[in-house]
Amino acid sequence: MHLQNLHLLSFKNYEHLDLEFPKDINCIVGANGVGKTNLLDAINYLCMTKSAFNYVDNQNIKHGDPFFLVEGEIDSGERKFKIHCSLKNGRKKSFRLNKKEYEKVSEHIGKFPCVLITPYDTDLVREGSEIRRKFMDNTISQTDKIYLDNLLKYNHLIRQRNNLLKYFFENRTFDQDLLDSYNEPIIGLGKSIYEKRNAFVEEFLPIFLENYAFISDEAEPVALTYQSHHQTANFEEEFRRNIKKDLQLQRTCMGIHKDDFLFEISNYPLKKFGSQGQQKSFVISLKLAQFQVIYEITQNKPLLLLDDIFDKLDDNRIAKLLELVSKGTFGQIFLTDARPERSAVLLDNMREKVAFYNMEEIIPGT
Amino acid sequence: MNFPSRLVEDAVTEISKLPGIGKKTALRLVLHLLKEEEQTTELLAKALFKLRAEIKYCKHCHNISDDDICAICSSTVRDKSMICIVESSSDVMAIENTSQYYGLYHVLGGVISPIEGIGPSDLNIDSLLERMAGNEVKEVILALNSTMEADTTSFYLTKKLKNFDVKITSIARGVPIGGELEFTDEITLGRSILRRVSYE
Repeated sequence: MHLQNLHLLSFKNYEHLDLEFPKDINCIVGANGVGKTNLLDAINYLCMTKSAFNYVDNQNIKHGDPFFLVEGEIDSGERKFKIHCSLKNGRKKSFRLNKKEYEKVSEHIGKFPCVLITPYDTDLVREGSEIRRKFMDNTISQTDKIYLDNLLKYNHLIRQRNNLLKYFFENRTFDQDLLDSYNEPIIGLGKSIYEKRNAFVEEFLPIFLENYAFISDEAEPVALTYQSHHQTANFEEEFRRNIKKDLQLQRTCMGIHKDDFLFEISNYPLKKFGSQGQQKSFVISLKLAQFQVIYEITQNKPLLLLDDIFDKLDDNRIAKLLELVSKGTFGQIFLTDARPERSAVLLDNMREKVAFYNMEEIIPGT
Repeated sequence: MNFPSRLVEDAVTEISKLPGIGKKTALRLVLHLLKEEEQTTELLAKALFKLRAEIKYCKHCHNISDDDICAICSSTVRDKSMICIVESSSDVMAIENTSQYYGLYHVLGGVISPIEGIGPSDLNIDSLLERMAGNEVKEVILALNSTMEADTTSFYLTKKLKNFDVKITSIARGVPIGGELEFTDEITLGRSILRRVSYE
C-alpha cells in the first residue's frame, strides 16, 4: 500500500497543501506548531474516516473557513484508489472512493488500514476503560466488517434503551415487552461482540508479548487480560435482574460497553506500578502488535504513522524500532520530528529511501 | 435573498418549508403563480385548504381516506384474514401499486424510538390489538422499513401478538430485480444467501 499524494484545503492549520510521497520513509520536519501532526491526522482521516485526536469533525475545519477537504491517492499494488473526504459546516460529511459516495461512511474502514503511534498512547495505560475499548475496536474493525457493523448497532440500541429507562423513570411507568424488545437484541449482539473480542485477544496476546520482549529487552512478565460482564456464568439472567439499578441510574450498567482490558506488569497493575519507560514499552508493543495482527489477517501492510517518537522515546527503544524498520517489517512510513538534524542522523543508514519535508519551507509565512 | 415585495417573501418562506424545496425553487414557483391566471392560484389554495379540512383517517387501518372507513377496508372482495402492517400511508400506496396483495392494512404512523420520544402509545398499536380480538385475522405481515427502530417495533409487535392465534410473517428482503450481485451491500447479500429459496 502506497499513499502517493495528499491534497488538503482548509484542514486544521493548513489553508492549502499538495504533497507527493515516495514509497518508503517520509520524514516530516519543522518547528512546533507548524502542523506536522495535523498532516498525519489527515492521513488518518483517509484511512479511518475521522481524526485520531478530535472526534468532532467540524472542529477540524480551519478557523473561519466554511469547509475542509482531504484527498489522497493510494496505490494498493493492484489498483489505484482516490479517496475524498470533505465536510461543509453544518452538513453531513462526504466520503468518496473513486468518486463514488459511500452510503455508510463506516464501510470504508478497513479498506486501507493504518496504525498511528503518538506520545498520547500512554493514555491507554492512564485513562479509563473507554480508550482501551476504542483501541481494540479500532484494531478489530480494520479486519472485520461485521464486527464494526454489530458494534454500531449495539451502541445505538444502548442509546435507545437508556432513553427508554429515562422515560420509564420520569413518567413512573414500565413496559416489560418494550424493554424486552431492546434486551433481546442487545444481549444477542453483545454476545457476538464479546466472542469476537475474546477470540481476538487470544490471537493478539502472543504477538504483543513477543513485541514487548523485543522492545524492552527486559525479563519482567507482562500480561493483558480481557474483562467482560459476559464472563459471569449467567450473564443473561444478571443483565435482566439488573433492571432496578438500570432504572435508578437511567442507563444500562451491564454489557460489552463496560468491557475493559487489564494491563499488568509482574502481576501488578501497570498504571500504578509500571515505570514511565515500562509504560511506554507496553503501549508501543500494543501498537506494533496492532500493526502485525492487521497485516496477518488482511495481508495488507498498514500505513505506519509515527508522531514525534524520536523526542518521546529513549535511545534504546528508538534503536529497536529502527531495527524493525530496517528489517523491512513495515510498509510506507510517515514520521514527524521537530529537529531535522536528529532524524537525518538516525535515518542515515537505512536501506530504504528517506524523503524529507520541511514544513516551514513548504508552508510560507510560518 | 432580497425580495421586491413583502408578499412574495412571505409566500417563499411558507413554500420553502416543504421537503425538498429550497428558497430558489420556492421563488420560481411563486413567480410562476403570479404569471399564470389568478384562478390557478385559487384552485391550488382551495384544494390544499379542503385537503386539510376534510381529510380523514380510516377508523380501522388509519390509512388516509375520504370516508370514515377507507376503500380498502370497506371492499367486499379483499381478504379480511390478512393484515399487512406498515409505517405510513405511502407504504400502503407502494404495496397497492404492486397489485400482488389482496388483504387489509394497518398503518402504525411511525416506529418506536425513545431517543425521539416516540413510544408505543404514540403509534396505532392498541387499535391493531382491538382488530385482532375479532379472531378473524389469520396472518399478520410485518412490512416495516429496514431500520433498527423498525426492527425494534416489529419485535415489540410480535410480543404483543403472541397471545393471538395468528401466523406472523415478515416481507422478504434481498437482491433487487435488475440488480447486480457485486453492487449489492454485503448484509443484504449475506441474508439472501442464508435465506435462499428453492428454484421454481
